[in-house]
Amino acid sequence: MRLSPLWTNLLRGAVGVTLAFIYIPLVVIFLYAFNGGPGLGWPPSDFTTQWFGDAIRNQGAQDALITSLKVGAAATVVALLLGTLASFAVARHQFFGRETISFLVILPIALPGIVTGIALSNTFTQVFGISLGLFTVVVAHATFCIVLVYNNVIARLRRVSANFEEASADLGAHTWQTFRYVTMPNVQTALVAGALLAFALSFDEIIVTTFTLGAGDETLPIWIFSNLFRPNQVPIVNVVAVLTVLISIIPVYFAHRLTREEGAAGAPTAGGAVAAETPAP
Amino acid sequence: MGRRLADLFHGRPRLQVGSLLAGPIGWLVIGYLGSLAVLLIASFWSVNALSGETIKGFSFDNYKELVDVPVYRDVAGRTIGIAAAATVTDALLAIPIAFYMAKLASPRAKALLVVAVLMPLWSFYLVKVYAWRTMLSADGAVNWALDPLGISGPGYGTSAVWLVESYLWLPYMVIPIYAGLERIPNSLLNASDDLGAKPGTTIRRIILPLAFPAIVAGSIFTFSLTLGDYITPSLVSPDTQFIGNVVKANITNNLPLASAFAVVPIIVMIIYLLIARRLGAFEHL
Repeated sequence: MRLSPLWTNLLRGAVGVTLAFIYIPLVVIFLYAFNGGPGLGWPPSDFTTQWFGDAIRNQGAQDALITSLKVGAAATVVALLLGTLASFAVARHQFFGRETISFLVILPIALPGIVTGIALSNTFTQVFGISLGLFTVVVAHATFCIVLVYNNVIARLRRVSANFEEASADLGAHTWQTFRYVTMPNVQTALVAGALLAFALSFDEIIVTTFTLGAGDETLPIWIFSNLFRPNQVPIVNVVAVLTVLISIIPVYFAHRLTREEGAAGAPTAGGAVAAETPAP
Repeated sequence: MGRRLADLFHGRPRLQVGSLLAGPIGWLVIGYLGSLAVLLIASFWSVNALSGETIKGFSFDNYKELVDVPVYRDVAGRTIGIAAAATVTDALLAIPIAFYMAKLASPRAKALLVVAVLMPLWSFYLVKVYAWRTMLSADGAVNWALDPLGISGPGYGTSAVWLVESYLWLPYMVIPIYAGLERIPNSLLNASDDLGAKPGTTIRRIILPLAFPAIVAGSIFTFSLTLGDYITPSLVSPDTQFIGNVVKANITNNLPLASAFAVVPIIVMIIYLLIARRLGAFEHL
């Protein structure tokens, strides 16, 4: 399609405006982390790096970070296991109700977090009599993380022909050997991409977490939320905010590399169900 | 041992499927659907006004209350309205950038833009809302930037919720539309060109109809994520209530009412998903 130069430039302008919209808030929060003045008036009045030291030494933030890492890791492991099992069943077998599986897997992420949150917390406490704590958060997080692994792995399995596995069996390999030497090498990057997404989603989640976490525990988002309204903690919250943005570059980098190596692997979307496979640029 | 187990599974597809699915299905059906069912049942319970005790009987009182009390109707209407507004806003913002990414950008620029759009998804949701809260405050960056023009920003309130929700979920709209546009072969656009269609005609009659299911796919996320959000309203619109806030506020004292109100977004989303499926959006998820 041949667009006139005017339209091309207008479109470029729109792209620029949208990118500015996306990045301005992140830049603003970045600048506030170095704010030496009192309050949150704009522009920041003084420059200081003092808050970085304070934030890193902050016991509450440290504990919350460790809780978040634990929850994220455990939820990712469960999601990897369940998501992979489900994707193998759907991609490699025919059975009654096969179409329903995708719907079932998507549901926990398609329904609002508050619904998932109160439904699960209610069931934990009222039906099973389990008191809320790290275990219940891990179960809740794993539930909505399954879709990320599932989508990535199933997309890969659909591209890799089942013929390879059949050939392996014909050549005398038993089930485990085929899995170890044929299937795994084909899906492992999809597993890594899915795990990365699952971990990121768990790490960032706050609504379901609010309802399923015990009274004594705090994940990093919960810690940030509870400190937003304490004026003397705000500088530290600013710094933690910036650090999380900076740390997020690591998974973005890895996801990007995976995407490049694979031609088309899982796009790093926190919603995951979104375009699990974006076409390779 | 492993060998014997492998032999057991060999040539028994049903056993294979069964053992693959037992875990995930058990987890999602018993664990997740089960707890949704518990929520639904709880929504028919009631609370004794005097003792505050939960009465585990069956009544439609909670639902009647939601329909009869004007405040609840307003809250539901406002929440669905903001979700729809944020969705439309995101579609309008996403279509140009997605089109540019898919059809005009060089391969290098395209790769960079994909990363640029996805990158914010990795930073904390809460941090982004908090950034807007800071920017929208009376002496924040928005008012500072608009002051020379003689106008002031929206401040805290419903329009701030609309702005922040649109901001938060924009990438979820851009990516499916971009992927959808990538699927449209360039030759199709060239053919339209060769047959004498102006760019406007090509966009209206070729691109938009083909990209529509992808737009609907993106809208599922922008709509659903806004519908249940109560953190954003509590940070940038402390004085207005949304479905999430009301559910949260009632959870300790009136669980049945909270459950009934939580059923509202479930029903809205189920209808939304059914329509989306008819429009072919599921192919683009």
